[in-house]
Amino acid sequence: MPILMDSERIGRTLTRIAHEIVEHNRGVGDLALVGVRTRGVPIARRLAAILRDIAGHEVATGALDITLYRDDLMKAAVGPQPIVRRTEIPFSIDGRHIVLVDDVLYTGRTIRAALDALIDFGRPSTIQLVVLVDRGHRELPIKADYVGKNVPTSRRETIHVRLAEIDGEDEVTLDQIEGERA
Amino acid sequence: MSDTAARLRGKDLLGIADLTASEITLILDTAEAMKEVSSRPIKKVPALRGKTVINLFYEPSTRTRTSFEVAEKRLSADTLNIAIGTSSVVKGETLIDTALNLEAMSPDIIVLRHASSGACHLLARTCKAGIVNAGDGMHEHPTQALLDAFTIRERKGRLQGLKVAIVGDLLHSRVFRSNIYLLTKMGAEVWVCGPPTLMPAGIELVGVHVTTRVEEAVEGADAIMMLRIQLERMEGGYFPSLREYFQVFGMTPERVTLAKPDAIIMHPGPMNRGVEIASEVADGPASVILDQVANGVAVRMAVLYLLAGGGEHEAVA
Repeated sequence: MPILMDSERIGRTLTRIAHEIVEHNRGVGDLALVGVRTRGVPIARRLAAILRDIAGHEVATGALDITLYRDDLMKAAVGPQPIVRRTEIPFSIDGRHIVLVDDVLYTGRTIRAALDALIDFGRPSTIQLVVLVDRGHRELPIKADYVGKNVPTSRRETIHVRLAEIDGEDEVTLDQIEGERA
Repeated sequence: MSDTAARLRGKDLLGIADLTASEITLILDTAEAMKEVSSRPIKKVPALRGKTVINLFYEPSTRTRTSFEVAEKRLSADTLNIAIGTSSVVKGETLIDTALNLEAMSPDIIVLRHASSGACHLLARTCKAGIVNAGDGMHEHPTQALLDAFTIRERKGRLQGLKVAIVGDLLHSRVFRSNIYLLTKMGAEVWVCGPPTLMPAGIELVGVHVTTRVEEAVEGADAIMMLRIQLERMEGGYFPSLREYFQVFGMTPERVTLAKPDAIIMHPGPMNRGVEIASEVADGPASVILDQVANGVAVRMAVLYLLAGGGEHEAVA
């Protein structure tokens, strides 16, 4: 179970991404952060705190649940539906630069769903994408604007992002999928 | 107290009696997310795209049918409404034949309201489609009880340990039956009150407090749920007059003061003002009657979403 990022590394990476966001957008005016549930939300909150320190004012932050927009929603013949959680975007996204935040970028299907969900809330002037880890294997033409760490993986591997707010500690690890080791 | 189930067992929602406390919690939690959808500028999500839902109503209904239809549309399902006055039922077709013919058009869910208790169970055994009970005779009206519970939980943060008073025609009310199952499963303290002629036999055996004094039922209550006096049943001579009923059982501002200061007043509609509830109470600050209607859409969206994903369950013959 190799550790790809520890707490310190995650902190430095988010600080670097926050600076890139400020540089790319020439400040944080008209900027808002939207975290994709579950682990995109605490990452977005941390970025907002860093941006406040850098730029001196608050950046609006929301949480997006993409469950109802998934393309595999009704595909499973039998089995539980994914649990739907609340979307909380307490501001207008019209005309704003929206920075979408997620933990891992893999097939791109989550981000496709997030884009559809977001666009139902209004017409942002741009949508940019932050991911903590990009592990490759895209199935859709989607690319992140800000990447914490690029990790070449095989499909038999999986990335686990653990965050203090949810899991009690900060850690990114690369694991073998159970039962596929042979 | 109860954890949350990961899914609903089975393809149907026939009654609260079949649900566990953790399934009820799952529906209520999912409804919270669904409620947010109704507050968006675009009140629609693609979750049930390509699914077909038939609303088959053998009894008149405005609120429930509209609420289901809005819920279906907000989830992007294709909906069909069949009102019985314009269907083959007037030509003598039986419920099962009607359902089998509808089923031949492969709907995913049939929402059924019927005047006979057990009609939904009959259909559930016959059909592959999921059946949602929208009220069957004097038996159950599960989505009404779920929206009542959602409304109480939204205001009070919980159901466990609350005192809930249910006042009115207990005998004919399917809303009452579903609510009793739900509230007792979720650990609420339920008080029921009505004229003895309108109480089902054996009511005291289901784990509720029974009284004929409305003051006793309401005292210290967190929520007061009024049931409709079904005027069409007045010929049964259950009580002398509507005026007398109001005097003995009607929810007046004076009686409301006996409840907790932050108590909420509920009514499943349609209301008879001046019979079971005074207008000052129905329109007063404690009334959550219109919240119940709004929450009905969210709860029905949750039920449809959770059932539509249940997949291909075998119909049990």
